[in-house]
Amino acid sequence: MADQVIAQPVEVAEALRRPQHSGNRTLDLKRQPGFGTIAMLCLFMLYAPILILVIFSFNTSPSVTRWESFSLRWFDKVIANGDIHDAALNSLTISIVATIVSTGIGTAAALATTRTRPWPGQTAAYMTINLPLMVPEIITAVATLSFFALLASLAGINFGIGNLILAHSVFCIPFAYMPIRARLEDMDLTLEQAAADLYATPWQAFRRVTLPLLAPGISSGAALAFIVSIDDFTITSFVLGPGQSTLPIYIWAQLHKTGVTPEINAISAILLVVSILFVTLSFLIGRKRK
Amino acid sequence: MTAAVVAQHSTGVQGARERDRVRMRWALVAPAMIIIGIFGVLPLVIIVIYSFLVAGTYGGVVWQFSADGYFSFLFERDIFDGTLKFVPDYLEIFWRSIWLAGLTTIGCLILGFPTAYFMATRSAAQRNYWVFLITLPFWTNLLIRTYAIMLIIRDEGLVNDFLRGIGLIEKPAHILYTNFAIILGLFYSFLPFMVLPLYASLEKLDFRLVEAGFDLYATRGKVLRRIIIPLAKPGIVAGCLLVFIPALGAYITPLILGGGGELMIGNLIGLQFGTSRNWPFGSALAVILLVTVMLALLVYVRSGTAKHQVGHG
Repeated sequence: MADQVIAQPVEVAEALRRPQHSGNRTLDLKRQPGFGTIAMLCLFMLYAPILILVIFSFNTSPSVTRWESFSLRWFDKVIANGDIHDAALNSLTISIVATIVSTGIGTAAALATTRTRPWPGQTAAYMTINLPLMVPEIITAVATLSFFALLASLAGINFGIGNLILAHSVFCIPFAYMPIRARLEDMDLTLEQAAADLYATPWQAFRRVTLPLLAPGISSGAALAFIVSIDDFTITSFVLGPGQSTLPIYIWAQLHKTGVTPEINAISAILLVVSILFVTLSFLIGRKRK
Repeated sequence: MTAAVVAQHSTGVQGARERDRVRMRWALVAPAMIIIGIFGVLPLVIIVIYSFLVAGTYGGVVWQFSADGYFSFLFERDIFDGTLKFVPDYLEIFWRSIWLAGLTTIGCLILGFPTAYFMATRSAAQRNYWVFLITLPFWTNLLIRTYAIMLIIRDEGLVNDFLRGIGLIEKPAHILYTNFAIILGLFYSFLPFMVLPLYASLEKLDFRLVEAGFDLYATRGKVLRRIIIPLAKPGIVAGCLLVFIPALGAYITPLILGGGGELMIGNLIGLQFGTSRNWPFGSALAVILLVTVMLALLVYVRSGTAKHQVGHG
């Protein structure tokens, strides 16, 4: 009902015209047979594996295939596991710092590349920011490994966990940048101009007008940067130093060592929920602007 | 006279302002350019340099020029007389990666197109939810999603249990660790990359053209083939590239679903930096893959469809 109220005149006209089209038979212009079924099938294929994984993390028996009864024992095991604590702490440290760095950098870059006439260097800036999205992850992984190895052998510099934070910050920048840029493109300059007319300095105008309006874009970008970072496996697995671990790395190591266990399902379920929560948040914040 | 002076003066001020403005923009993008430049671009340069060096015994490189990294892609040096012998093994892995990525792309297109079309023809409110539902899995952990696929298709998994339950098969069908498992995993990982650009171009489709087609006695199939698909071409090209490129460089999917046996180029690169300890060869492979990807992107930009497409990453 609600969308009919806001329907565009053209859509209304189309809706009125549709039933009468070609006399006795009703012809829905847009329908294509079977497409709905395929769409549902795709949704099913995207979600069924995740759902099955989560369901079996609540299984009593150690089987991840045969259901016995509901229990939280695997979650208890995860919570009691010291290795997982260390991995989770590392994951959080890396992701939070990388999120702050990449969101700050992404915000500045978005301010520079939007709402402006083309300026010299804009294309170069745009391409650089999007570079981490275009290079296959495995290449970024081995290249970053080589870079830090070279840094260590030539200058003896090793930032420890800082290596991972730097690597994560780089590939988080485009993810933080995109929603902020989208938000800025929806904002016109009138309010900032009004502030300038009222003798606000550029900084005051930015602090009091632009930044509050931009806040939803920034939180949306930060949420995406955070999950991209906390979920990363490939780059982390090559860049990490001895003794360092993150949650995805822990999952992979366990999978390698013990094979499939419900405990892995339980950690996975927790990570999935974190991702889903953050994306939903980012989506809801992003939708508000419309 | 005075007007001209004022005008000249104001363009001078504007010129200064313009310069300030550009300087400000540069200052704002500088952190992004510096961080990505140092930790994103420079490592790629290092990889190119490494690909022309000699492998160290315990990993790393020895600073001595050699094109062996590239030669080993096609040839093997005989340890006794030093002659080069053509060995197609690595070329085969590269070729297999291309066709696995290609089949994945075709699969994504065949199922993704109807899905995107169905989404584009929903009401505005429903469309938002569909976009959200299709995007959501992309943001969840790829390793975990691949692990979930492994749970289902392994010999003791649900699929085999089900097939045995209904008596279709007696012994479990080996799905895991095959090319099919890899394609399934890649399809599942990258389907959203196909659906979203397709949806973006189908959403803008002018249905009056479809109506005109019907008025001229076209069947539904003909309308689809002659009107809808040609108009959705920018989305199809973008979607195919967005699936093909990450599928070609896939690492996690073949690692978990291909086992040790079924390698793709990404795993081969990973191996050289891991247990095989041949960084120059791994670098050379990375350069070859990177050049392939950049060529694909160049073809895309040249085809002119790029500018019609909203960037979806």
